[in-house]
Amino acid sequence: MSSSAEILSQAFTLGYTYTRTTGPVVGQFLTGLRSRKVLGIKGSDGKVLMPPVEYDPHTAEALSEFVDVADCGTVTTWAWVSQPRKAHPSDKPFAWALITLDGADTPMLHWVDAGEISAMKTGMRVKVRWAAQTKGLIGDINGFVPEDMDLTTELEENTSTEPVTGIDAPSYLTYNFTAGGATARYLAKLKQGKLVGQRCPSCSNVYIPPRGSCAACGVATTDEVELTDKATVESFTIVHIPIPNNPIKPPYVIANLVLDGANISFLHLLSECNNSDVRIGMRVQAVWKPAEEWGYAMENILYFKPLDEPDVPVDQIGKLAEGGR
Amino acid sequence: MAQLAAVVGVGQTKYKTKRKDVSIAGLVREAAQNALDDAGLCWNDIDAVILGKAPDMFEGVIMPELYLTDALGCNGKPMLRVHTAGSVGGSTAIVAASYVQSGVFKRILTVSFEKQSESNAMWALSNPQPFSPHLNAGAGGYFAPIIREYVRRANAPTDAGIKVAVKDRLHGARNPLAHLQLGEITMQEVADSPMLWEPLRFLEACPSSDGACAMVIANEELAGQSPGKPAWIRGCAMRSEPTMYAGREQVSPQAGIDCAKDVYRQAGIHHPRKDFDCAEIYVPFSWYEPMWLENLGFADEGKGWELTMSGATSLDEGGDIPWNCSGGVLSSNPIGASGMIRFAEAAQQVRGLAGGHQVDGAKTALGHAYGGGAQFFSMWVVSADKH
Repeated sequence: MSSSAEILSQAFTLGYTYTRTTGPVVGQFLTGLRSRKVLGIKGSDGKVLMPPVEYDPHTAEALSEFVDVADCGTVTTWAWVSQPRKAHPSDKPFAWALITLDGADTPMLHWVDAGEISAMKTGMRVKVRWAAQTKGLIGDINGFVPEDMDLTTELEENTSTEPVTGIDAPSYLTYNFTAGGATARYLAKLKQGKLVGQRCPSCSNVYIPPRGSCAACGVATTDEVELTDKATVESFTIVHIPIPNNPIKPPYVIANLVLDGANISFLHLLSECNNSDVRIGMRVQAVWKPAEEWGYAMENILYFKPLDEPDVPVDQIGKLAEGGR
Repeated sequence: MAQLAAVVGVGQTKYKTKRKDVSIAGLVREAAQNALDDAGLCWNDIDAVILGKAPDMFEGVIMPELYLTDALGCNGKPMLRVHTAGSVGGSTAIVAASYVQSGVFKRILTVSFEKQSESNAMWALSNPQPFSPHLNAGAGGYFAPIIREYVRRANAPTDAGIKVAVKDRLHGARNPLAHLQLGEITMQEVADSPMLWEPLRFLEACPSSDGACAMVIANEELAGQSPGKPAWIRGCAMRSEPTMYAGREQVSPQAGIDCAKDVYRQAGIHHPRKDFDCAEIYVPFSWYEPMWLENLGFADEGKGWELTMSGATSLDEGGDIPWNCSGGVLSSNPIGASGMIRFAEAAQQVRGLAGGHQVDGAKTALGHAYGGGAQFFSMWVVSADKH
C-alpha cells in the first residue's frame, strides 16, 4: 500500500425544486390563511383538529367538515431558542410553541415572538401576527405574539379567488462529503496526471476508479496499479438530450471505457470522431487538460479520442493486459 | 412449513402525468380504499400495513410512510416500509406475503406509490455526485449501452425494440387505468420518434406517472371467506447483486436468473413459456422484453427478440405467452408502484378480473420487478389454484 494520501472533502448539495399538490383539505386550509382565516376540521369524535388533516387519526375516515377557529389561543408548551440559526423563522431569540387556538382541540406548532424568555409561559395568551402580504402558505402566519401586544403592520388584502392547490417546496441538503482512502489516493494521483487503480487480492481484477474493495469477492483492495490512458470501448450510447448545468451539447457519446490493464469500465465522453463511427471494441486514448489545470477530478481528462489501432475482439474487452494487447 | 397466502383485493388509481387533485396521502388512500372495497373489507379488518416507494429524492419527502399513517388507517397497527429502488413494488408485496405465510399476520394491506409530478424523476435519479464527472443522463443513459451490447450479441434487428413499444401500448389501450392511451400507435411512429439515448427512442421509453397500487393479502382461512376469487401465491423470490464489479454480466444478470429459478422451483414451473398463461414483467425500455425473455427462461439465449417478433408475447396477435397485457411499465410508470402493478396485474389475470386485457382462462401468471442497475429482482407466481 502506498503512503496515505491527504483527506479530501467537498461540499456537495443534493436537492431539487419540488412542488407539492396539497389535496383538498390542506388546500382549503392554505386558501383560508391567504384571506387571514384559520380553519380546523372536525374529527370523528367531534373534536376540532388544527391544522386540519385529511383522514381521521382514529377511524381513518376521510374528513371534510371545516370549522372556523380563532386567530388567538393559548400556549400549551414551548422551548426557547436563544441563538437562532439561519433556517429559523426569526433572527432574534424566539420560542417554538404548541398553541391551541380558541375553538380547536389540538395544538399547532408555530413560533412566538415574545422578545425575551421571561415573557414566555405555559398558559399564556397569544395571537396570530399576520404577514403584511399573504400567499396561501403557512408563513402567512408571521409568528404569534403576546395577545396584548399592539400590531401596527398594514395588512394588504389578497384578492386571489382561485383556491390553493399546490405549493413550491424546494429542498436542498448540503453535505460535506469526505472521500474515503481509496478515492483520495486515486484522486491525488489523478492530480499528477496518473491513472492508478487497485487490484483485488482474491480475483486479481483491477478496479479503476478504485473503491477500496472488490464487490464480487467482498475483500479490501490495496495493491495499486498504474495504468495507461489508453482504453477500449465496452459499450456506449449517443445521448440526444442535454444534462442540466452541463455545457456539453447533444448529441454526444457517453462510453463505457475499460483502460488497458483494468477489468471494469467507467463512463467518459468520446470525441474527435463521427458519432456514427463509434463501435464496441474501438481503441481510444485520453485527451487531457493542460497540466496546470489539473485538480482532484476525472475532469482532468476532457474526453477520449479514437486511436489508430485495430478494434479489440469483443471477448477480449476488459481483459487486456497493461500496455495493450 | 409456510402457510398459504392469497391476494384477495386489488386496488389501483388511474395512472396519469399529474394527479393535481390529490396529495400524496390522497393518492395512496385511493388505491388502498379500492383494494379494501374489492376485498369487501374495512380498515379494522387489516392487521398491518406494508408500504413501498422508490427513493425519497423522487418527491423530496423523507420517510413519507410516517405521514401516511392516518391515510392508511395505521393507528395502533404495525407499519413498515420496504425500499429496493425500482423493484420496490414487487419486494413490498413479497414482504407482505411473507408475513402472512409465516403466520405473523393474518391479513395485510400492502401499498406502493409514486407521485413523480412533484419532481422530475429523471434528474432526481441522475444528480451530480461528489468527485465524479456528471455524465449520467437518466436511467435511459444507464441502460442504453447494456441494450446495445444485447443487440450486438443477439444480432437482433433494430425493430424488435420498436415492436415491443407498439405491442405494450396496444395492450395499454385495452386497460382504462393505463397512463398512455395510444390505440393507434404504429411501428413507423415509434421509429420516427426522437432518439434519446441511442438505440432508445422516445416512444421506446416509459412515461413518468403519478399513481398508486394496493393489495390485500390474506391467509388461507380468511381468503376462503373472501367474496371474490383469490389469487394464490405459489412462490416468492428476491435476489440482489452489486451494481459494479469486474466481470459482472449486465445483459442477463445472474441475480435475475437465480431469482427465476427459485420462484419456478417453488411453484413447480418447468417450462415458463408453456406453464404460464401470461406474465407481467418490468419492461421500462422496449428492449428489456427480449432481454428478460432470455433471462427468465422463456427463450434461449440470443432468441428473445425472435419470440417478440413472432407475436408470441402479444395479446392482439393471439400469442401463446402474452407479456404485459396491462400495457406494462411502458404504458404506466409510477416508479415505486410499477413493480406492485406487475404483481397485482398477474393476480387479476388469474382471478379473471383483468377486464379488457384478460387472457382467456388464465390460471397461472408471473409477476416480476427489477430495480437499481438491474440488480434487485423480485418475482412471484400466482395461480387460480391452491396447489
